[in-house]
Amino acid sequence: MTTTVFQQLAIDNIKSVFEQQFDDLINEPEWLRQQRKQAFQLFLEAGFPTRKNEAYKYTSLEQHFSGKFTYLSHALCEKINIEEVFNCDVPSLDTHLIILVNGWYYASPNQELLKQTPEGIIFGSLREAIKQHPAIVQQHLKTYFSSLASSLDYINMALMQDGLLVYIPQHAKLDKPIQVINLVVAEEAVQIYPRHLIVSESSNVVQILFCDHSLNASPFLMNGTMDIYLKDFAKVDFYRIQNAHNHSIQITNNHIYQSAHSVFKSVYVTLHGGTVRNNIYVHMNGEYSKNSMYGLWLADKNQHVDYFTHVNHNVPNAESNQFFKGILDDEATGIFSGNIYVDKNAQKTNAYQSNKNLIISQNARVRSKPQLEIYADDVKCSHGSATGKLNDDAMFYLRSRGISHKESCQLLMFAFASDITKEIEIEPLKAEIEGLVDKRLRGELSRCNRCSISCS
Amino acid sequence: MNNDEIIQNLTQSDYKYGFTTNVDTETFPKGLNEDIIRRLSAIKQEPEFMLEWRLKAYNYWKQMEMPLWAHLKIPPIDYQDIIYYAAPKTVVAHNSLDEIDPELKKTFDKLGIPLEEQKQLSGVAVDAVMDSVSIKTTFKETLANLGIIFCSMSEAIREHPDLIKKYLGSVVPYTDNFFAALNSAVFSDGSFVYIPKGVRCPMELSTYFRINARNTGQFERTLIIADEDSYVSYLEGCTAPIRDENQLHAAVVELIALRNAEIKYSTVQNWYPGDKNGKGGIYNFVTKRGICKEENSKISWTQVETGSAITWKYPSCILKGDHSVGEFYSVAVTNNYQQADTGTKMIHIGKNTRSRIVSKGISAGNSQNSYRGLVKIMKNAENARNFTQCDSMLLSDRCGAHTFPYIEIDNPTAIAEHEATTSRIGEDQIFYCNQRGISTEDAVGLIVNGYAREVLNQLPMEFAVEAQKLLQITLEKSVG
Repeated sequence: MTTTVFQQLAIDNIKSVFEQQFDDLINEPEWLRQQRKQAFQLFLEAGFPTRKNEAYKYTSLEQHFSGKFTYLSHALCEKINIEEVFNCDVPSLDTHLIILVNGWYYASPNQELLKQTPEGIIFGSLREAIKQHPAIVQQHLKTYFSSLASSLDYINMALMQDGLLVYIPQHAKLDKPIQVINLVVAEEAVQIYPRHLIVSESSNVVQILFCDHSLNASPFLMNGTMDIYLKDFAKVDFYRIQNAHNHSIQITNNHIYQSAHSVFKSVYVTLHGGTVRNNIYVHMNGEYSKNSMYGLWLADKNQHVDYFTHVNHNVPNAESNQFFKGILDDEATGIFSGNIYVDKNAQKTNAYQSNKNLIISQNARVRSKPQLEIYADDVKCSHGSATGKLNDDAMFYLRSRGISHKESCQLLMFAFASDITKEIEIEPLKAEIEGLVDKRLRGELSRCNRCSISCS
Repeated sequence: MNNDEIIQNLTQSDYKYGFTTNVDTETFPKGLNEDIIRRLSAIKQEPEFMLEWRLKAYNYWKQMEMPLWAHLKIPPIDYQDIIYYAAPKTVVAHNSLDEIDPELKKTFDKLGIPLEEQKQLSGVAVDAVMDSVSIKTTFKETLANLGIIFCSMSEAIREHPDLIKKYLGSVVPYTDNFFAALNSAVFSDGSFVYIPKGVRCPMELSTYFRINARNTGQFERTLIIADEDSYVSYLEGCTAPIRDENQLHAAVVELIALRNAEIKYSTVQNWYPGDKNGKGGIYNFVTKRGICKEENSKISWTQVETGSAITWKYPSCILKGDHSVGEFYSVAVTNNYQQADTGTKMIHIGKNTRSRIVSKGISAGNSQNSYRGLVKIMKNAENARNFTQCDSMLLSDRCGAHTFPYIEIDNPTAIAEHEATTSRIGEDQIFYCNQRGISTEDAVGLIVNGYAREVLNQLPMEFAVEAQKLLQITLEKSVG
């Protein structure tokens, strides 16, 4: 395959950043340095994906990596007190609040970087955890070796900065959800590589909420990788709200590893963001494990939202569900590529996948690719995809009851979206997100509800 | 016999069309170069423009690489190790049946093709193509009275150059893909159909393709033009002898439907699939595409794919005319080590266009069966409508069934739906049949036929019966 100009620029750019950074990383343990090196080698071998790659058929990222963004090799010392200014956490929801600024863990001077409970639960900065608990981190920071890892994971591993670590040992119980606010505040255009690791060995439910925000309008590139390990009988609920501004490029690579009897549930809601690409890879490695994924994107203007899922059923008797919905307005593009892979050993697999899209403007576009790859015969697999406009009958029903056209549209769109939002199991969060979705659909939301920063 | 044995027996039925015919053939030396193309064109007495077109295609093909994106394992093909032209020697223009080589006649009799006009009752006009050459076209006069042209491609190039110039390559240009370019350079024959304005073709038109000679590739080209307000139903069938080596079949089919015209194209594909260890068999890499060029036209593809070691084709519809309709019905059966990557493309360009896709995949043995389809609704295709259903059935624990749909929508008024399921024959279903005295073997046949019925119903009557039998034979002993 010939290399395009942008592809070569992207490779050169990453190469130069890596080479500049690598010498600064002298304080890092040797194993980590080695991993970065290996990942970088893997990246050079694999090259940068372009639209010629099947997985990136509808989204080209190479021009974003071609050098417009500055790499931040250390945390910025922000003068502003972020917690005061930024108030977008969910009211009436008590959480462990964690703030990441430009990919770096943020702690005020009197705050510790890593919290540890008497039960052995550890959460906080991943970078700090590498120092204090290298064993836990080293054991799990290996995703770049996974069969599903892509070049973007290699890049993240090579250039990763900081991020979140959550470790729940057996029998431990987290008293309240963890909320992570992932902020970008830099004055200049930055490229950031957060890295998150969540490991649960406990059969008690762990709830984690991620909010992506930006505090000013300067463009940024984020390429984050997150690994979630669910050991036997573990239960994790994961929510992610993406609401950065429309000049951003956000790439998330999520790898979920499920052991026997584990239950994972995730809800993704993309409200804003220029180019968003969410890669979700699920490894069903334990029997009787269950995975449910829900996603909702509301895209307008020139937004480009691409959800890419890959569920690998490697063992028998596991179950997976995918349900993704998009509403596309203006010139926005919504993409869903789903893949279910059922190994020949994975008999008695139940796997479902559904994608529904609503197009409400003349120039919006939808691409849908729900795919099944099945090598076992005793399975129940199905997928469906439907794209269309608002239902005429439903519209007529509402109009005939004296509801205005605009209001009817809102109602129907909200109903469409509620299939996803209703899956949120934290009540205050659900109410908050439904409120955001409602506002978003009315075009009133350009920022989080109570955020006091007035940036457009 | 337990279930597994029954399945095994069923899936190992022999290929009954595997005989060879001893007719003298005239063949070119192996390999492909400009000289071969010139010689081919000269033998065919083609006008100059055809030769130029072929050479352009050949030069374009030389720069291309064989695509590898399909979900198929294709052993490397040496394109210089193929004979690009083989023709039964005795072929000259036949005026009556008596002139046909008796060996050839026997071949087609064996295949059950009603070459003889006395079999008029079957009411099918047949164009028989053996290796690279059209042997005999029946019912020509009857059709000619209506103004219908049904003849071999070579004849059409000589006698109707205007139509050829206008339409050949207009739906599948030689730049389209690797195999289309190859075919454009070396195609030797095929069928040509022209239905004039306002004519409803009174009988099924049919072509029977037969590969006979060793080491040859078969490259035929079919072009069907349905002028305004006309209708035609066309059927192709294909068989090949049992050979140890793989043979390449790279055909191109182009359909053109003008205003209010309807074309129904059915295929019963039964090329030699290779033996039960996956040795030999035909590589069936075909480009089929139709265009609903003007308003209210309709193109319907029906295919029953049971043969070939590897099947790789996507009969497609370009719905350009407003209110035009495209349909695709497919049953693809793979057994032993067969592989299939097949499906369709529906490109909606005109307003109020509709398309419907029904695909039923059945995989048994160690085979891999993929559906791959594209539904594209362009920006101006107001109120376009698509419905897609693709089901897969797995009959063994060693086979694979895959679905790769692509849905691209650029218009808000469009509605596109896709649904797919994958399953196997339930023990409860078999039990239900057994309980009523139906043997497991018959039960499988029954269930598979029920599963495929929606597609088989689309076939012309005479062939629906044949296809049903074919399905049963291919799948005998395949339930897991």
